Amino acid sequence: MTRERIAHTGGAATRVLPVLLPGAAHLTRTALRERAHGFATWRLRGSHGVVLMLAFLLGCGMAQAQAGPGYPSILATIWKWTPLLARGFVFNLAISFLAMAIGTFAGFFLGSAQISLLRPVRGTAWFTMNFFRNAPWLVLLFYCMFLIPFQVTVFGVTIPIPDWTKAVFGLALPVMANVAEIVRGAIQSIPTTQWEAAASLAFNRRQTLWMIIIPQCIKRMLPPWMNLYAILTMSTVLASIVGVNEMMTQTQRALSAESRPGLLLAFYSYVLLWFFAYCYPIARWTVRLEARYAVRH
Amino acid sequence: MTTDSEAKPIVELIDVHQSFGHVEVLKGISFGVKKGGVVCIIGPSGAGKSSLLRCINGLVPIQKGSIRVASFEVHALKTDAEKIALRKEVSMVFQQYNLFPHKTALENVMMAPLHVLKEDPKEVRERAVALLTKVGLYDKQNTYPGELSGGQQQRVAIARSLAMRPEVMLFDEVTAALDPETVKEVLNTIQELAREGMTCILVTHEMRFAREIADEVHFTDGGKIVESGPPAELFDHPRMERTRAFLSQVL
Repeated sequence: MTRERIAHTGGAATRVLPVLLPGAAHLTRTALRERAHGFATWRLRGSHGVVLMLAFLLGCGMAQAQAGPGYPSILATIWKWTPLLARGFVFNLAISFLAMAIGTFAGFFLGSAQISLLRPVRGTAWFTMNFFRNAPWLVLLFYCMFLIPFQVTVFGVTIPIPDWTKAVFGLALPVMANVAEIVRGAIQSIPTTQWEAAASLAFNRRQTLWMIIIPQCIKRMLPPWMNLYAILTMSTVLASIVGVNEMMTQTQRALSAESRPGLLLAFYSYVLLWFFAYCYPIARWTVRLEARYAVRH
Repeated sequence: MTTDSEAKPIVELIDVHQSFGHVEVLKGISFGVKKGGVVCIIGPSGAGKSSLLRCINGLVPIQKGSIRVASFEVHALKTDAEKIALRKEVSMVFQQYNLFPHKTALENVMMAPLHVLKEDPKEVRERAVALLTKVGLYDKQNTYPGELSGGQQQRVAIARSLAMRPEVMLFDEVTAALDPETVKEVLNTIQELAREGMTCILVTHEMRFAREIADEVHFTDGGKIVESGPPAELFDHPRMERTRAFLSQVL
């Protein structure tokens, strides 16, 4: 009894040390977040947007100054190419959605397999997770590009597999591994006493996992999952290297069509601004969710 | 040991040995509990009291000896399905309540009968509300565990165990984590259960409570039962030196 009582009051004591509170809360949040993600995370801030905007304006100014008279204004040029770039951006989003969906689905199974009672299942899942989590994303992407055929024939019907679909699978692999790690971490962060309580109420292992453990994990998994999505979205430009018509590829095409020096900085800053505009709200939302769940659980 | 020869004990442990790795926690424990009986297990921390309860509902395996609960030979249960059948008859209440934090008090009570026993939802709900009323928490049905006091959480946990309509209830130091003021409300609930004829095995540090409620008290130390007897005898006239030393410290 005394042991538990001391532990109990110990918990209460750390909660009321007022001097440490402001710094401690912040540090705890950071530590918890990084533990949940399995690695130290970066965060988009509003200031990043300001810097991007400045780079963009600087690029425009330089391009304008180099161009001299006779050329159309730099902003008009960018505006002219915007519909094409936007069509490319749609590909980026489509790839990110699908890769995230497939990766999350597969990652859930891979993550649960890592806590399987069967040693071979656990071992295989652990190896798969580590392999794909530590392999460079670009290598995995190339791998899928050249490994998956450009078409398959099933019962005499030929189904073409476009490049962007292959890119989806290529990016889904590291997503799967990262989601698996998030799921495993979240499941293991639930106290074992919950498993014990469920067992003593005669729940079986599968029921315990899906009805009692995973529902408690969702809150903890959401912020790192959203963070992973932001990273994935930014990684979709890797698909340009393997020839998918996404925004980066379109930008290169626009630049070569313009064949005008000095446009590089303005155009690439412009692309970055698009990604920032998409990812920044996600980052803000993630921060808010984290703060909310840090207070109550 | 129970001297009641006409009733076969509902729980019977014979020479139970249990170890975690190389550490032997239980070194030959034997006792029986007859139906409707209340047995209290007392003793210093680390005497293996909690492990003993966990053996009875098959949460931890034993290495030697036998445990029988009603018709279940607990030591021989191998598969999950067999253990689940046992746990429908034996409910356990934990020191740290272990309620499911994402479910309301009522849902906590209803979950196992609904999903494990597959009973009719309407009937389960009625029973759950009745049980919460019984433990004095009728108005907390839709409250989440995080918003309840320790004593209230523990009473929900008791209701949750009772909802399975078990034959035997195991209480593992259920008041050890509670504030002194709320200990009483939980003990009253248990006392009421005992009066109604529920078979109870309690690990407890509440000596006064043990004396009031128990038919038989076992004093354990070092993984063995040092002394057993009716509470009046064990508390007032302990035979063993070790028992006297322990009682003089806690009473």
